[in-house]
Amino acid sequence: MSDTNRRAAPAAGQGPLGRLADFLDDRTGYRALVHEALFERVPGGARWRYVWGSTLVFAFMTQVITGLFLWANYAPSAQTAWESVYYIQHEMTGGWLLRGIHHFMAQAMVVLLALHLLQVVIDGAYKAPREVNFWLGLVLMMLVLGMALTGYLLPWDQKGYWATIVATNLAGIVPFAGPSLQQLVVGGPDYGHLTLTRFFALHAGFLPATLVLFLVVHLALFRKHGLHARQPVTRPDAMFWPDQVLKDAVAMLAVMAVVMGVILVPAVRTMLAGGEVDWGHVGAELGAPADPSESYAAARPEWYFLFLFQFLKVFEGWGATGEFLGAIVVPGLIMAVMFLMPILGNWRLGHRFNVAFTLGILAGAGLLTALALNEDYCSLWIDKASLADAEKLHAETGGDHEKIAAALGDDPVRIAAMRKQLAKLEAYRNSQAFLAASRQAEIDAARAVELAGRPERIPPTGALDLVRHDPLSRGPRLFGLLEGKDCASCHAHVDPQAADAATRVAAASAPNLHGFGTAGWVRGLLDPERVAGPEYFGNTAHKDGDMAGYVRDEMADAEKWKPAEIEAVAVALAAEAGLPDPTATAAQVEQGRALIAAVDRCGSCHNFHDNGTGLGTAPDLTGWGGREWIAGIVANPAQERFYGDGNDRMPAFEKLLSTEQIGLIADWLRGSWYRSGTAHHHAAD
Amino acid sequence: MVQHEQPDRRGFLTKLLAVACGGLATLVPAGAGLWAFLDPLRRRGGGAQLIQVTEIAAVPDDGLPRRFAVVADRKDAWTGYSAEPIGAVWLRRDQGSETVRALSATCPHAGCSVDMAPGGNCFRCPCHNSEFTFDGGMVPPSPSPRAMDALECEVGKDGAVSVQWRKFRAGVAEKVAQS
Ligand code: FES
Repeated sequence: MSDTNRRAAPAAGQGPLGRLADFLDDRTGYRALVHEALFERVPGGARWRYVWGSTLVFAFMTQVITGLFLWANYAPSAQTAWESVYYIQHEMTGGWLLRGIHHFMAQAMVVLLALHLLQVVIDGAYKAPREVNFWLGLVLMMLVLGMALTGYLLPWDQKGYWATIVATNLAGIVPFAGPSLQQLVVGGPDYGHLTLTRFFALHAGFLPATLVLFLVVHLALFRKHGLHARQPVTRPDAMFWPDQVLKDAVAMLAVMAVVMGVILVPAVRTMLAGGEVDWGHVGAELGAPADPSESYAAARPEWYFLFLFQFLKVFEGWGATGEFLGAIVVPGLIMAVMFLMPILGNWRLGHRFNVAFTLGILAGAGLLTALALNEDYCSLWIDKASLADAEKLHAETGGDHEKIAAALGDDPVRIAAMRKQLAKLEAYRNSQAFLAASRQAEIDAARAVELAGRPERIPPTGALDLVRHDPLSRGPRLFGLLEGKDCASCHAHVDPQAADAATRVAAASAPNLHGFGTAGWVRGLLDPERVAGPEYFGNTAHKDGDMAGYVRDEMADAEKWKPAEIEAVAVALAAEAGLPDPTATAAQVEQGRALIAAVDRCGSCHNFHDNGTGLGTAPDLTGWGGREWIAGIVANPAQERFYGDGNDRMPAFEKLLSTEQIGLIADWLRGSWYRSGTAHHHAAD
Repeated sequence: MVQHEQPDRRGFLTKLLAVACGGLATLVPAGAGLWAFLDPLRRRGGGAQLIQVTEIAAVPDDGLPRRFAVVADRKDAWTGYSAEPIGAVWLRRDQGSETVRALSATCPHAGCSVDMAPGGNCFRCPCHNSEFTFDGGMVPPSPSPRAMDALECEVGKDGAVSVQWRKFRAGVAEKVAQS
C-alpha cells in the first residue's frame, strides 16, 4: 500500500529517466531527503536578513575547495613552504587567483561571522529552544578564527612568522598548561619545520574536520527548530526552496563578487593606466622568506586581529598582570558572557543587555582597530610643520624632562602643552619608522621573488639562503646604509643625481662610494675641483695629501695632463675594475693603462702590475676596484698594498665581518648582483 | 527472581563490553597519535651556549648599544644548519671600560626583536611599543612585563666578546630561562 502510494506521488517519473529516478528512490529514499532539505517553510516569507548563515557556509565551502587545490601544491617545511607558495603565486597558471580567493575569502568570512552573530543576537535567535545551536555557533566562530590564525603562518614569510611568534608567546602565558601548550603547537623549543607541519595539520586537518562536525549539528539543529522568524510575522509564509534559496544564492554571488573585486581591482587599475599587469603580484601578498635573525619592524597580525594586538597596549605599565589580562582574561570573559547570552536572555532586560554587549564589543574592536591603524599611519596625516617647536626642543634637550621644564621657564601650562606636542612627535616618528619598515619589507619581498625566479631556480637550502647571499639585499645592511652605522657612519653612498645628494655627501666624513669602480667615479676623483671636496677626500686626512695635491697641481695643468689622457686613465681603471665604461674604446684603455703604469705619471707613486714602483707609497692599482681589491681594502686598509701607515680612520673590518660578508659588500658596491631584466625595483638608497 | 534479573544483567554486561571493546579499539590509534604528537614536550633547547659574537674593537666605548647577530650551529628537527644567525644581542661599552654588557634583542613581552627607537635615545620594540633604556630597564608605561634580558658577557684576552646565549620565557614578570 505504502509502496503504491510512493510510486503514485507526483514526482514519479515517466520515460527511462523517470524510471531510473523511481528505482533510485526506491532503494535510497532520496526524494524524501531532498524534500526534507528543500521544502522548509519560511514563516513570514523569504528575507535578505536570513542570508548570513548561508553565505558563511558558502564561504567555508570556497575555503575547502581552494584550500584543497592549494594543498595539492603546498609543501610545509622551513625550506619549502615559502618556496612552494612562491611557485603557486608567481609561476603556476592561475595560482595567483586560487591563492587570492583563499586569502580574501578568509577575510570575508570573518566579516560575515560578525554579521551573522550580530543578526542572531539582535533577532534574539539564541533564545530557547535554540540555546545549544547558539553555543555551537560560538564554537564554530572560534574554529574559524583558529583557522585564520594558523593559515597566516603557512607561507612562512616574515609577517606570518613574526605574527606567529607573538601569538604563540601569548599562548605561553596561560597559567600552568601555557608553556607546554606553546611547545606543542610550535613543535619544540624553536620555530621551524614542526611549527609548519603542525600549523598545517591544524589548519587543514584538525580544525576543519572539527568544524564540519559542528557545522553538521549546527545545521541539523537549525532545521529542527526552523528558521527564527523576525517578529511580528506580517507577510505570508514562503518555501525555503526556491524563495529563500534564491536570496541566499544571490548573496553568495555578491560575496564572491566582492572577493573577486578586491583581488582584481588593482590589476584593472593598472590596465586602465596602460600599464602591464604582473599577475604574480595580484591577489594575496607574499613577503620575504621568514628570517629569524632579521628583525621585522613591520610585524603586525592580519587586520581582523589588529584589535587584539592593540588591546595589549591598553595595559601598558601593568606588567605581567596586564598582559595576562589583555591576552587571556578579558577575551576569555567576553567569550564567557557570549556563552551565557541564551541564559541572560531569559531575563527581562537580558536581551537588551546582550544586544548592547555585542554592539559594544564590535564597536570596541572597531575603535581599537582604528587606533592601531592611526598609530601606524598617523605620519601620513599629521602636519610635520606643527611639530617643529617640539622637534627643536627635543633635539636641544635630548628629551630630558628637567631640561625641557627649564627651557619653558618652568611654566606648567607651557610644559603641559609641550608634553602633548612631544608625545605627538614621538607618535609621528614611530609611525614613520613603521612606514619605512613596511616599505623595506616590500622591497625585500620583491627582491626575494626576483631571486627565486632565477633560471637556476631555488637551491635545496631554500630561498632564505638566496636572500642571505644576495649583495643587493645584504650589501646595504652590512654597509649600515639605513641606520648610518658601520661603513655608512663615515662613507656616503648617494647617487649624485639624487635631490638631496649634496647635503648628504657633505655630512659624511669619508668618500661617497656610490659608483665606486666606474669611470664616472674616477673622473670625479681626477677632477681638481672635486678631489678635495666632500665627495672624495674633503672630509678625510687625505684632504691635503699627495693625491689631492697631485690632482690639483699636476692634473689641472693641461700642459702636463691632456683631458683625453685623464679620460683614458678613468676608463682604463674602470676596465681594471671589471666595470668597463660603455663609451671606452680599446685604444683608450690601452693608453690609460700605459699612463697609469708610467713612472712619470700615476706610476710615480702607484704600483700597477709590473711597473716596478712597488708597494708602500700609494694604494696598488693592480686590480683596482675589482671584487678582490675592494674586499682587501675593507678587510684591512692599513695593509701595505693599500694605505699602509697613511690609513686615515678606516678600521680593519676583517675582525668584524666574515670573508663572505666583506665579499657581499664588495659585490654590492660594484653593483654586481642578479638582475632579472624585468625587475620592478628597488633602489636601496 | 533470578530468572528476571539475568537478562537485565546480561544486557548491561553486553552494553558495557560493547562500549569497552569499541572504545579500546579507537583508543589505540588515538593514543598512538597523541603519543607521537606530544613528542615536542620532551625536546629541550640547547640550554645556555657560550658564543663569540664579535671583538671588543667592534664595540665602541661610547656607551651606545650596537646590535650583533648571534651565529651558531642550529638543529631544526631533521635539518642541521651550520653557522646560522640564531638571534641577536645588543652590546654596549662605557667610555674607557673593558667590560661589555649584553642584552638579548628578543623582546621580553612577546618575542619580537627590539630595535633602537627612531629618536635614538632608547630601545623600542616595534610590535607593541615597549620601551627600554640602554641598560635594558623598562621605560613606563610599556606593555612588557619585565626589563630586557641581560646576558652574561665575557671579553677574552684576545678581545673576543662572547655571550652566554639563552632564551627566556616571554610575557612573564620573572626572567625564566627556557629549557
Ligand atoms: S613583543 Fe615587544 S612590545 Fe610586544
